[in-house]
Amino acid sequence: MLTFIGKRLASGVVALVVVACLTFVLLFTTSGNIARNIMGDQASEESVAAKAHELGLDRPLLARLGSWLWDAVHLQFGKSYFSEQQVVSAMVSRLPLTLSMVFVAIVLTALIATLLGVTAAVKRGVVDRVVQVMAVLGASIPGFIIGIVLVLVFAINLRWFPAVSKIGPTSKPSVWVASLTLPVIALVLNGIASATQQIRSAFIKQLELDYVRTLRSRGIPEREVLFRHVLRAAAPAGLTVLSLHFIGLLGGVVIIETLFALPGLGRLAVDATTQSDLPLVMGVVIYTVAIVVVVNLFVDIANGWLNPKVRVS
Amino acid sequence: MTQTLEITDIPVGQTGTVKRASVIGRLLRNPMGLAAVAVLLLIVVCALFAGWLAPFDPTRATNTVLSSPNGTHLLGTDSTGRDILSRLLYGSRGTLLSAVIAAVVAIGIGLPAGLVAGYYGRWFDNLSSWATNILMALPTMIVLLAVRAAVGPNVYVTMVVFGVMVSPGFFRLVRTATQSVRGELYVDAARVAGLSDVRIIGRHILGVVRAPVIIQAAMVCGIAISFQSALEFLGLGDPTAATWGVMVNDGFRTIFRAPLTLLWPSAAISLTIGGFVLFANALRDALEDQVKTKEKRKAAQPKTVSTAPVPDVAAVPATEHLLEVRDLRIQYPQPGGGRTTVVDGVSWFVDRDEVLGIVGESGSGKSQSVFAVLGLLPDNAIVANGQIIFDGVSTVDASTSRIDQSALAALRGRRISYIPQEPMSNLDPSFTIGSQLVRPMTRLLGISKAEGEKRALDLLASVGIKDPRRTYSSYPHQVSGGMAQRVLIAGAISCEPDVIIADEPTSALDVTVQAEVLDVIRDLQTELHQGIILVTHNFGVVADICDRVAVMQNGRIVEQGDVRTILRNPSHEYTQMLLESMLVGKKPLTRLMSDSATGGMK
Repeated sequence: MLTFIGKRLASGVVALVVVACLTFVLLFTTSGNIARNIMGDQASEESVAAKAHELGLDRPLLARLGSWLWDAVHLQFGKSYFSEQQVVSAMVSRLPLTLSMVFVAIVLTALIATLLGVTAAVKRGVVDRVVQVMAVLGASIPGFIIGIVLVLVFAINLRWFPAVSKIGPTSKPSVWVASLTLPVIALVLNGIASATQQIRSAFIKQLELDYVRTLRSRGIPEREVLFRHVLRAAAPAGLTVLSLHFIGLLGGVVIIETLFALPGLGRLAVDATTQSDLPLVMGVVIYTVAIVVVVNLFVDIANGWLNPKVRVS
Repeated sequence: MTQTLEITDIPVGQTGTVKRASVIGRLLRNPMGLAAVAVLLLIVVCALFAGWLAPFDPTRATNTVLSSPNGTHLLGTDSTGRDILSRLLYGSRGTLLSAVIAAVVAIGIGLPAGLVAGYYGRWFDNLSSWATNILMALPTMIVLLAVRAAVGPNVYVTMVVFGVMVSPGFFRLVRTATQSVRGELYVDAARVAGLSDVRIIGRHILGVVRAPVIIQAAMVCGIAISFQSALEFLGLGDPTAATWGVMVNDGFRTIFRAPLTLLWPSAAISLTIGGFVLFANALRDALEDQVKTKEKRKAAQPKTVSTAPVPDVAAVPATEHLLEVRDLRIQYPQPGGGRTTVVDGVSWFVDRDEVLGIVGESGSGKSQSVFAVLGLLPDNAIVANGQIIFDGVSTVDASTSRIDQSALAALRGRRISYIPQEPMSNLDPSFTIGSQLVRPMTRLLGISKAEGEKRALDLLASVGIKDPRRTYSSYPHQVSGGMAQRVLIAGAISCEPDVIIADEPTSALDVTVQAEVLDVIRDLQTELHQGIILVTHNFGVVADICDRVAVMQNGRIVEQGDVRTILRNPSHEYTQMLLESMLVGKKPLTRLMSDSATGGMK
């Protein structure tokens, strides 16, 4: 089990380094004249060249990549081109909001999708048909449109929630809840619809296996067959589904934070992208991928623990 | 684009063509499929003929800002006075374009990579699987933002990158399908016959993966549109272009003044994505239906076989028997309506201390009739006729349309138990063998865990396992098939049932292990006096262990009676055929029969 965890950790770190290098090369080879972009059209050639020199942009790409990696190992990711803010402090100030939204969203998705998916798989009938229709609707209506509809109905027409949040670090918990309810709902609806469908399939796949019939033939009560054996057997597939949804949520917050004007990592990502603030973009990519690597590591460990073939050896 | 389409459209011979036609037929007969195709065609027409259909230039600003729908502007105008209908029509171009680019790139990478990885394996498989895992760990939206930061608003680059990001979906699909087809005998045969790898892949493998790839492509088109319009909504698209996402962005800014301007592009986006999603679903259903119908056709052979006089078991007084099945008929609903009958008027009984053999080929309904006894038929099975009586209590009675699940649940394990066919798939891989043996005993016999453990160890020893303690604490994947089958037999007798149903208990085992397992069953019976129902396709097993035998064909019992009588003097031609097929060249039995002068066998 320990070697298993070690291997997973190592492959996660390798993935992180590969992604960092690729992103770095992509950003700095395809972007036009970065210094000119920062200084604006009116700036003189000399001041642009000076800026390029100041940022080290006149050094060879590989040398820059090398020093970036060296800094990254020491958890330094440079400064924003425009605000002069350290990338690390920008991330740290934005992460709590985004992470709390994503974690609430994934917990909600896990609970509701498991409940609905298992019910649909076991009961079939009406619940099952509702789940199917939900899955088609969820796949058809993009998250940002769901968000817009929620804003129109609940914030503009009914005025139950603020359309644009005004939360800051000092806001009261009640303000947080009021400001984040709509965004979180908008964030999770698509995910719940598709995760329910996937968990339903995973559960049905297990229900159809031979050993379920044999357990029933042994006189084990149905409830125990379903929740002790089948749910356990379907758990790895469910966890994998949820880990993919978690990755999707990290993309989803980009849209939802912009839509609801929330000061999180996603909003920062959009702003940095619009301005081509490359150090910030690098920071966003590295932080999100690092989060994914950590979550995937936990999922791998959980799945390894659930699988006796891995756990026992 | 053309390159990938050529690959997927390589003709796969006559059967392939016929199959495709019928799938398209099914797709269009499904109302959802028809609606999806209609929507998608409509979008294509809009995109192709936007120049003729649109009443205005989609980018020309006017002074009539945010006007409501009227005679001139059928859907009104936006915040800079541009005609919304015209922008919608032109917007379908960008939408379809992004979908097509993404799907083509994703298929162009995923299909060949999946084929090579699945067919040849080795280092390429490892490398591409590793790359796939990295791609799948990246949040697509963040990657697209990084691309946008680097190259600016460019729908082509964005969708090419998106295609790369979703290519793992195709890769995994094609790789798995290729791996499974590669193991098939006909592919080996083709290779032995000297067909080149390219021809094998073209003929045999592409035919299998084509439909799933199309389904996946439709889903990818939908997701691509969703991402592209989301980027445009975020203000990261080209603001001058007439696309639906840009229109949503524009409408959102005027949400308080003219919410209607949001409606049209949002509806258009959802409708188009919905079209792709429904198309994928309908195609999947059409394919699944086809598979189901094929399986049903295999299971339900035409009932042209004679209805030879069957010994009338129902005439025997009911109370005499421990377990009796009377005139049982089991049916399954068919996808196209109607039902197939898999068990048709079957009657048999079993008493203590005897072994009833139920013999017949696969699909003859043997297993179905015993699952009915256990109350473990699949959910969609229908008991259309008949009665099952255990120890004087009616558990299943079609005349009152009653399957007494609570009575059956009380009998299962405790009084009727089951030995399955395939040992490895019938143990829960997540639990130790010990815990799977102990749990029914603590539950049904009400004994403590410690006592259960002691009994389980005794049971394991009694079915001939040499190191019970080790097997007890093992997981199913740590023991051999023969060992697992002994464990399952131990489980079946653990609560001292009156009847044991053994469904092909030896078929999955090596010949030497088969004999040992039959010995175990026989020894246990002499000790515990159960009634045993042994389902098998093997007359050798019947001759070895059974007292009476029922021969089943196509869901009916064609002959039933004492084993000796039937072995020596089979009256039904099907029984004769079964016997002949197994007795060829087996001298001892022939001699026995000529000695006993009852003769009759050729």
